[in-house]
Formats: sequence, structure tokens, C-alpha cells
Amino acid sequence: MIKVLHPGFFSSIQDLGRKHYQHLGVPFSGAMDAYASKIANVILGNDENCAVMEITMLGPKLAFDCDTVISVTGANLSPSINGVIVGSYSAINVNKGDILSFGKPIKGFRSYLAVSGGFETQIKMGSRSMYKDITLTLSIKKGDELEICSKNHTSKKYSSIKFNIDYLSSEVISTYKGPEFESLNVKQIDILFNKEFTISKENNRMAYQLEEILKNDLDEMITSLVLPGTIQLTPFGKLIILMRDCQTTGGYPRILQLSESSINVLAQKKVGDKIVFKIKDYN
Amino acid sequence: MSEFELQYKPFGQRSILIEWPQIISENILKSVLSHKQNIEKYDFKQKVYIISAYNSILITYDSTINNFYNEILTLKSLFVGYKSEKVLPFKLWKIPVCYDLEFGIDLEEISKKNNVSIPDIIRCHTSTNYRVYFLGFLPGFLYLGGLDNQLHFPRKSNPRLKVKKGSVAIGGSQTGIYPNESPGGWNIIGNTPLHLFDVNNENPCFAKAGDKIQFVSVSKNGYENIIRNIQTNNYIVESEVIND
Repeated sequence: MIKVLHPGFFSSIQDLGRKHYQHLGVPFSGAMDAYASKIANVILGNDENCAVMEITMLGPKLAFDCDTVISVTGANLSPSINGVIVGSYSAINVNKGDILSFGKPIKGFRSYLAVSGGFETQIKMGSRSMYKDITLTLSIKKGDELEICSKNHTSKKYSSIKFNIDYLSSEVISTYKGPEFESLNVKQIDILFNKEFTISKENNRMAYQLEEILKNDLDEMITSLVLPGTIQLTPFGKLIILMRDCQTTGGYPRILQLSESSINVLAQKKVGDKIVFKIKDYN
Repeated sequence: MSEFELQYKPFGQRSILIEWPQIISENILKSVLSHKQNIEKYDFKQKVYIISAYNSILITYDSTINNFYNEILTLKSLFVGYKSEKVLPFKLWKIPVCYDLEFGIDLEEISKKNNVSIPDIIRCHTSTNYRVYFLGFLPGFLYLGGLDNQLHFPRKSNPRLKVKKGSVAIGGSQTGIYPNESPGGWNIIGNTPLHLFDVNNENPCFAKAGDKIQFVSVSKNGYENIIRNIQTNNYIVESEVIND
């Protein structure tokens, strides 16, 4: 068991999300940076869909009530055990009584804590991902006692894993044409792919809004289907990039769609960070 | 061929969108649901998830689509010589609503501005059978069609931070039910004691796309009785099978 002494800024339990309930209006949810979450699990020999703790900017303080092995991936938020800084992207042995805490955010925005066997919070609609009105809470709270799934340990040593951390500092967001892309004019397309954009303070697990305004007179559309990674353009000119907790439907033109890996890149961005869009062709 | 002209578009690396003409109509809904049923029967090489809205179907694949051209050809081939079939029988669900002013906090404003008395608003709202087009926006939120022109009322320019669970509301030309407490800009005319989204139920929402909803006015007493019956598991949502 792991006891939450302090939850940090915003920490929640996430796996790779709910895939079967979008017809009921249920969001996908799941780790914002799915890549980092998978790597955290793979380092420990877990299934890549095991539940991890998603830690946003300022990390929690956690007390371990058992010996176990953990890994921390994604953003570098200065993790330390009993006050001693530990490395990211490797298996770390933890003893009963140890305290894991986090310090200064150095690179990226979201860090992933995996534990051998995975977190054993409640499964709702096929997933442990926390979401309002589906799981009991949408984030971890002070005093929570988080159980760990018991794991039949394969004696296989934590093999060396190939992973990439360059994306944590990448500004490039790769996109494909969205369903309403063809409604944009040449000038708007030119701005989209030749200007820098800034992450606004309106950014969370549902969506990232950008500071810059893209003037347009695109027709309103009848509410249709959207996905994590859809870029919507509002009549006011706001660009809204939907993220993992987004609604299943929306009524703004869907001008672009992020590549799967660019959703992970964006998940590591915070207010004030710059991004540039690149367009890719469909296969 | 389908009776409507359809467009097939890649939508990100894992999804294909099929679009019908940009009109909200029951004929298009029936065509969408019939096509959806036909796609669900097809044996895809990988797992797919299929959802629909007013005039679109989204097919999301478990992993990236290697060749959109071929995949779209495959989907189109499912509809060569195709005539929309009737989808499974639909149900009409009777949803009790208490239109007491205690719940219907925007009834007086709608009455004044639309020049319709409150009893007439209730009569009008309960006399239509509303078609469920799809679920979206919030888990368990039904997009309903068929609101009478008399009751159209613009959304609030300043949405409320908290709308009570079960609130029955009007937003522009639409009516709907808030399945859980949430922020919201629609005008609230009543409240239903039913759970529109019950995560602990194997089937969390009783209604599905294509079904119809009828609102039935109940008194404050009737409302409280239903709450008690739901709590003691003695309540079944009234429904009947319909054929159109």
C-alpha cells in the first residue's frame, strides 16, 4: 500500500483509458502522455495498460507501506526518495517506510509513477482511469491509501528498454487534415503552419487552448464526433486542442487532427510553452 | 447504394469518418443507424469502435490504419446495392418530470419572454415524443430532436457553474436532461428523479440512439415517491416498443 501524505498539484490514477463506451458519451480518458505511461510499466515488466499515477507539475509526497519496485518517466519533476534524488527511466527499489517526494519541475509537465504490479484502484467501465462521475474521485487526495496489485514476479531482470525522451523538449506538433480542413482559406493555412502558437492558461486533461486567434468565418456545423487530438476552431478564432478527457461530440469545425505521438508531446506542455504545427499526409 | 450521398474521410491515424448531408432529420438518423448496424456486422481484421451522431459515423481502429484508400474502399463495398434496413425495434421511454417552480427555475422567464403560460409550457413539453439522435457531451446525455418552436429559448450567456443532476432543460431548439451535476447554460424547466447515467449498472443508460423519450409531468409528491422507489429498487422505467 502507498499512503498519500500530500497529493501535489494534481495527481490521478490512469491506465490507457476506456475504449468501449463512447456511444454513451463517456470520454476515453487515460494517461495524457500514453508513451511515458507505457514505458514506466515496461521498465518494471508490467503490462503496458497497468494503472500508473499521473503527476502534474508539482508532485505528491507518498509513503510506502511495503517493499516494492517503482519507475518514474515523462517529465523530470525532481523525484527523490527520503530526500535523495533518484533517476528517471529506471527501476528503483523502494523499502517499506520510504518516502517518495518531488521537487522542482525541470523538464516537461506530466510525470508517470509506475509500481510493480500496478495501482489497484477501482475499475469502472473497464478502466481505472479517474474521471468525474465514473470513478469515486477524479484525483488522489491526502490520506488516500492506494493498493498495489499483487504480481506474480517473473524472475526476468528488468531488461534494458529502448526509449526516447527527445519529445519532451520538442515544439513540433504533427497533424493530419481534420474533416473541416478544406473550409480553411490559403491565408489561414499559411498562419497555421508558419507561425508559432502559445499554450494558454486554459489547459487541462480535457483540452488545451492556444493564445493566438485565427480569424475565420467558417460555417457552424451540426454537432458531430470528435477525438482526443482534434483541433477545433471556434467562431471567435480560438484554437482548442482536445485531449484525453474530451467530450465525444462537438460542434466546432475540426480543422486538424494530431498524430498519436503528438498528443503525448502536447501533454508535456504547460502555459506559455510554444508549439509549431506540421502537416502530414494520410497513407 | 445508400439513399444519401456519403463522404468518407480519414480522421487522424486511426479513424474514418462517414458523413451524411448536413441536415438533422429522422430519415438521416435511420440511415445512419442502419449503416452503423451493417458495419458492426462486418468482420474487421482488427478491433474497431463505432459511434454515431446526427449525420456521421466514426470508426476508430485499435491501431494505425496502414492504407486509408483500401480501408475506405472496403467500407464502401459494404454498401454496394445496399438498402437501409430497419434497425432493431426502438423503445419509447416515459420519463417522469416534476415541473414545480422549485426545480423549474427558468420557467417564469421562458413564460414571460415567449408569452406562453407555464401550464402551456408543461403541456407542450410533455405532448411530444422526442427522438434520441445520439449520446454525447456528458456521459448519459441524450441529444433529443423534436422540441416545439414555442419552447425554443436561447442558451444563457453566462452558464451556471452548477446545474442539478436530473435537470430537464431547454437550450436553443433542443431539450435535454443533465445526467449528473455539471456546469451548464441551458434553461431549466424541471427535474427527473431518474438516473440517466448509472455507472454501477451493467447498462449505464437505458435509452439508446433511435429510441424515443416522452416526458410525463409528476407532482412534487409523485417525484418524492419515485425517489423512494428507486432507492429501494422498486422502480422500473416505463417503456413500450415502437415500430418507427
